[in-house]
Amino acid sequence: MIDVLYFAWVRERIGLPKEQVETGATTVAELVEELKAREERYAAAFEDISALRVAVDQELTDFGAPLAGVREVAFFPPMTGG
Amino acid sequence: MTVRVQEQTFDLGAEVQAFTLGRDDAGAVVSFTGIVRNTPDGDLERMEMEHYPGMTENALKGIEAEAMKRWNLKDCLIIHRYGTLRPGDLIMMVATASPHRGDAFEAAMFLMDYLKSRAPFWKKEFTTDGAEWVAAKDEDEDALTKW
Repeated sequence: MIDVLYFAWVRERIGLPKEQVETGATTVAELVEELKAREERYAAAFEDISALRVAVDQELTDFGAPLAGVREVAFFPPMTGG
Repeated sequence: MTVRVQEQTFDLGAEVQAFTLGRDDAGAVVSFTGIVRNTPDGDLERMEMEHYPGMTENALKGIEAEAMKRWNLKDCLIIHRYGTLRPGDLIMMVATASPHRGDAFEAAMFLMDYLKSRAPFWKKEFTTDGAEWVAAKDEDEDALTKW
């Protein structure tokens, strides 16, 4: 089981901030494909992944990152701090 | 090095004073403060600042550690707020202390450039017309290449 977190408009589009996902995905990209296949709201949120960023266990990474041993994956738009 | 991520506001003068006083190892302190800017039409009602608890603190600490490595800094401070903010409210501040001003100015710029696009914060603006997520600017991402 992996905790999957969503922030900002990704959270709004999917309709929840966090869920536990049982997945056989070996990379973030595969996890995204699994989620997109679930329901239209996921497909809409992940339609253009170039508009998204991903963190694995709270470290920014890319969609090719492996999921072995990972506890937490977060999806969000580019950050706007400051 | 200090990082504080908090909902409540902070006392800018007291923070800079506390950061500055009592040190004799630094000849220069630079501080930067971000405040909520109203829209050109003046119709901003509020801004909601969302963040990723846990990752936010770690990302900011990482950015501070990188600044301490690159410049001759004696100390640095980042305070960043989240939650509901209104026009004119303080959003965040950074401060740097170094023996000479060049390092303090440059490191403060670096901290700002990095935390704008590498710390997990997202702004949503609520105006009388509705609500909209603030889009990241290409120039903020481009700013990182100079470091």
